Amino acid sequence: MRCFEHPDVILCPGGPMLLRGQHAVEDADGLPHETTRPVTAVCRCDKSASYPWCDGTHKSLPPRLRPA
Amino acid sequence: MRPPRLPDARGPLTEELLAALRAGTDEFLGVLATAPTATGEDAALALWVLHELHYRGFAEVDDRFEWDPQLIRVRTLLERDLEARLRARFTRPEGLSFVDDVFGWIDDHDGVSLARHVHRDADRDQVLDLLRARSLYHLKESDPASWLVPRLGVRAKAALMELQYDEYGDGDPNRLHHHLFALGMAACGLEPAYDAHYDAVPPEALEQSNALSMVGLQRRLRGAALGHLAAFEATSSVPSRRMAQGLERLGFPDELVGYYTEHVEADAVHEQLAVRTVCGAMLAEEPELEDDLWFGAFTCLDLEDRFARAMLDRWGVSEVAA
Ligand code: FES
Ligand SMILES: [Fe+2]
Ligand SMILES: [Fe+2]
Repeated sequence: MRCFEHPDVILCPGGPMLLRGQHAVEDADGLPHETTRPVTAVCRCDKSASYPWCDGTHKSLPPRLRPA
Repeated sequence: MRPPRLPDARGPLTEELLAALRAGTDEFLGVLATAPTATGEDAALALWVLHELHYRGFAEVDDRFEWDPQLIRVRTLLERDLEARLRARFTRPEGLSFVDDVFGWIDDHDGVSLARHVHRDADRDQVLDLLRARSLYHLKESDPASWLVPRLGVRAKAALMELQYDEYGDGDPNRLHHHLFALGMAACGLEPAYDAHYDAVPPEALEQSNALSMVGLQRRLRGAALGHLAAFEATSSVPSRRMAQGLERLGFPDELVGYYTEHVEADAVHEQLAVRTVCGAMLAEEPELEDDLWFGAFTCLDLEDRFARAMLDRWGVSEVAA
């Protein structure tokens, strides 16, 4: 039987970082935010209005301002 | 949970179908004879009723009719016609790969946005009308995609369950999405049941629901179902923010705003999962389904665009920017 890849972290090209499992994510001001879902999207573009979580704002950025 | 009541007929086929369902005898040959000639909202409503036998049934209808062979035949005829119409509108985009390119393609092909209208311009009555018209879809949000689970390979199945688990509240019934919508409706004074709002449901909304049930219930169309899911999730997060802000502007209750703010964050996750892990896994396991992924994604955007135009039309609003 094959073993499938099931990473804890997935970097989405141009978008957020997906994080599997329960974690506390510290924002830029040092405040911790608890994850509440099996998978969480952590903002990598710094433009989310729900920071540190992704809210889809990265999609309206010009491609050069999107995360790699 | 009480089963809904049947809707009112919208033409000859639904007249015949609803009367036969109420009569309770398993005699549907008359319905079968009428089915091939049905069109428009009459056909759409008949198919919606037949699909609904697989979800919650109806107060006046014997539950055994879900698998009546004559009714299944009627359903098949109506679905064949619906699928042919949807496929006739679709052309597979050339030279694009679904996982890498679908977000950009959606950006280029997304249609008229009701969320933009609600955000800045809608009045209270238009929002209530929209909630009623959407209720038929949102009150069973995610259920059509659950038909797919046993039909997928190991990787796609695990990936879909990871997403659906969040739709269903991560084990907490208080967070289950279609329940959050019901709470939002109730907080606005709307009965959270679709049989209270049949009159407000335009044929375009019936067709959205029918297309989703069809691709969910037919194993053959599992690729279209996952493509639809991907496009649905990928057009939710940003519009949900606009909806939430528009509802706040109009003073709608927190419960309803909460349904949309939940979708800002949830669907920022779900759109990535749907495209990368769910559709990505399906493509690894069944690469021949890529055309149908695109077909499902196209159909999702196309039907939402038609629904949005119908709603703006009935409110007398000239078009909103896409
Ligand atoms: S990465 Fe999605 S909003 Fe920043
Ligand atoms: Fe949802
Ligand atoms: Fe979702």
